Amino acid sequence: MALSRAASSTPHANLLKPLAAAISSSSSFFRRSISTDTTPITVETSVPFTAHRCEAPSRTVETTGQELVGFFRLMALMRRAEIAADSLYKAKLIRGFCHLYDGQEAVAIGMEAAITKKDCIITAYRDHCTFLGRGGTLLEVFSELMGRQAGCSKGKGGSMHFYRKEAGFYGGHGIVGAQIPLGVGLAFAQKYNKDESVSFALYGDGAANQGQLFEALNMAALWDLPAILVCENNHYGMGTAEWRAAKSPSYYKRGDYVPGLKVDGMDALAVKQACKFAKEHALKNGPIILEMDTYRYHGHSMSDPGSTYRTRDEISGVRQERDPIERIRKLLLSLDLATEKELKDIEKEVRKEVDEAIAQAKESPMPDPSELFTNVYVKGYGVESFGPDRKEVRAVLP
Amino acid sequence: MATTSTQRFGRRLASSVSRRRLSSSAGEIAVQRSQNPSLNLCSAINQALHIALDTDPRSYVFGEDVSFGGVFRCTVGLADRFGKSRVFNTPLCEQGIVGFGIGLAAMGNRAIAEIQFADYIYPAFDQIVNEAAKFRYRSGNQFNCGGLTIRAPYGAVGHGGHYHSQSPEAFFCHVPGIKVVIPRSPSQAKGLLISCIRDPNPIVFFEPKWLYRLAVEEVPEHDYMLPLSEAEVIREGTDITLVGWGAQLSIMEEACLDAENDGISCELIDLKTLIPWDKETVEASVRKTGRLLISHEAPVTGGFGAEISASIVERCFLRLEAPVARICGLDTPFPLVFEPFYLPTKNKILDAIKSTVNY
Repeated sequence: MALSRAASSTPHANLLKPLAAAISSSSSFFRRSISTDTTPITVETSVPFTAHRCEAPSRTVETTGQELVGFFRLMALMRRAEIAADSLYKAKLIRGFCHLYDGQEAVAIGMEAAITKKDCIITAYRDHCTFLGRGGTLLEVFSELMGRQAGCSKGKGGSMHFYRKEAGFYGGHGIVGAQIPLGVGLAFAQKYNKDESVSFALYGDGAANQGQLFEALNMAALWDLPAILVCENNHYGMGTAEWRAAKSPSYYKRGDYVPGLKVDGMDALAVKQACKFAKEHALKNGPIILEMDTYRYHGHSMSDPGSTYRTRDEISGVRQERDPIERIRKLLLSLDLATEKELKDIEKEVRKEVDEAIAQAKESPMPDPSELFTNVYVKGYGVESFGPDRKEVRAVLP
Repeated sequence: MATTSTQRFGRRLASSVSRRRLSSSAGEIAVQRSQNPSLNLCSAINQALHIALDTDPRSYVFGEDVSFGGVFRCTVGLADRFGKSRVFNTPLCEQGIVGFGIGLAAMGNRAIAEIQFADYIYPAFDQIVNEAAKFRYRSGNQFNCGGLTIRAPYGAVGHGGHYHSQSPEAFFCHVPGIKVVIPRSPSQAKGLLISCIRDPNPIVFFEPKWLYRLAVEEVPEHDYMLPLSEAEVIREGTDITLVGWGAQLSIMEEACLDAENDGISCELIDLKTLIPWDKETVEASVRKTGRLLISHEAPVTGGFGAEISASIVERCFLRLEAPVARICGLDTPFPLVFEPFYLPTKNKILDAIKSTVNY
């Protein structure tokens, strides 16, 4: 469906050619069939990259009309899905803990545009949109959120535990910072196998203060592993502002001996450029940190209103000035690659897709109770003691 | 009332209804019943922390988000009253929080550290097991971190999933040098927490988060301490002894009431302190009843129920009239969608009471 199409639409932009100057003029000539325009265009990133111990990549990013429309569509879909998850949680159809990604969509989108499914991604618990970016379906998302069989983890994981093995998505992890060393392990395997692929380990600004990050960084640098540590800095670790928790909130510099790059994480094209750069760097020279300057509109989790430790003005200011979807919308309009109406239509379609997926997910049955005992060990050793039917103790050995 | 709801709404609702019923049958509290305000467990903890900070200028409260009141609002108002030098937020770094607390306590202070959820305590496991627990022993009593108290909300809440529901108490019960304490009700929580803070040993204090808002009872306003390592018989009976702690006791109490309707008289014991635990009270009870049932939310294998069972079998072998029953969580990770199946619910306990008595 549309998701996989957008995700796999990575343009094979020929970087060796001088950046094409064929900007808006050519595209307006071809106007129409908005999503298929593959004429290369170049766009300047919102702000320059800030580099630490490396040369910053160019601000000029190559893209196409097709890619931009794909960005718009997938980000609108992610946004809509998260808002729907919010309502489902409030309706108690989603249990467990639930952390929403709206506001940070450009990170997931831009990263996907620069890499392939051979590259690995591992993240923390704010994982819905990363999963969608890797080609996961809405049905899998909503089924998993509601603990249904059709979920990506068969309904056994829930919001924090999305996985997609075939697309190199090593998933959502529940404990702050615990996924970072795992990402370094993935990178070692990739290097050993001479895969020419890299691992992206994502973590938040809160997790950046965990000791595990520094253990992982040292190993990655010591062995020159193709690991890209992506700090999604949304400026609040749960309810604590970054500067209250970190002596140096310049997370891209905190690898010290590891190079770093600060990126506008609200600009999908800047993220794409940075990830492309980081992948090339990591394959040649070892680990690098990307700090994505981003923002989450929702609170940390569903029990956090998100307005006690920051002002409503701050949130609405970011929405107005830096919103990742609005940025792409403006770009599409100013380059005359789409009309207001076409983009509105996309949003309507997306809303319908989300509603349909939710309806379908609600039809999916809960996992069978016997699933409680499976996957604990390879052959499901477990003691089926006093189940709901109140039968006597029964042990199942492998 | 709970009994009728049980009949009316069936098993699933019954477990949540029964969570609400939580009584403190402690005599000294019952006496003052009329003049004390009703508090929930969260407010009782808050009051205990106020008293601890007020009565000892060398006490400190710190942890993730605590200066704003914490995610459960247990530390509300502390930073305003005692200042941000004594009540402060830490970064998200559990290992660092506990290690820091050990150092602070080693200088003769009372360090009250909060780990936001017991599920997040594992990064600090090394600090607790290797540093805190053995500091006094390996320094030949030159140093200790007795002023350290680690508070952590534990247990099921009905929809917590894998990482907001665990009961990790048994891991810490394997560590000589620390104490593990779990309260069952607001007034117990207040008295036990104050005792833990003032106790000259490092303590892990697990708070039943399901009861933060659900359990409400009258709590004495004054500064009082409840003794550690003293179990309490909260319900007397003659046919079988039930031992538990924390939120599970309210479930067990429900089962006792139902068993009584079937003519079985149950004695219910709140262990309160898991290590060092009060073997004498449990032993005396089992000598009287001849039967023992232990119940906890943590998985049955290697849970603290195993230790109680082994010790009581050693002491009361000839008096036991049936095998010791353990009604606990299943040997699976804490599940997201199967929580009611995983948990040791009232009916599972009731079944085990009957089969033990009719053995």
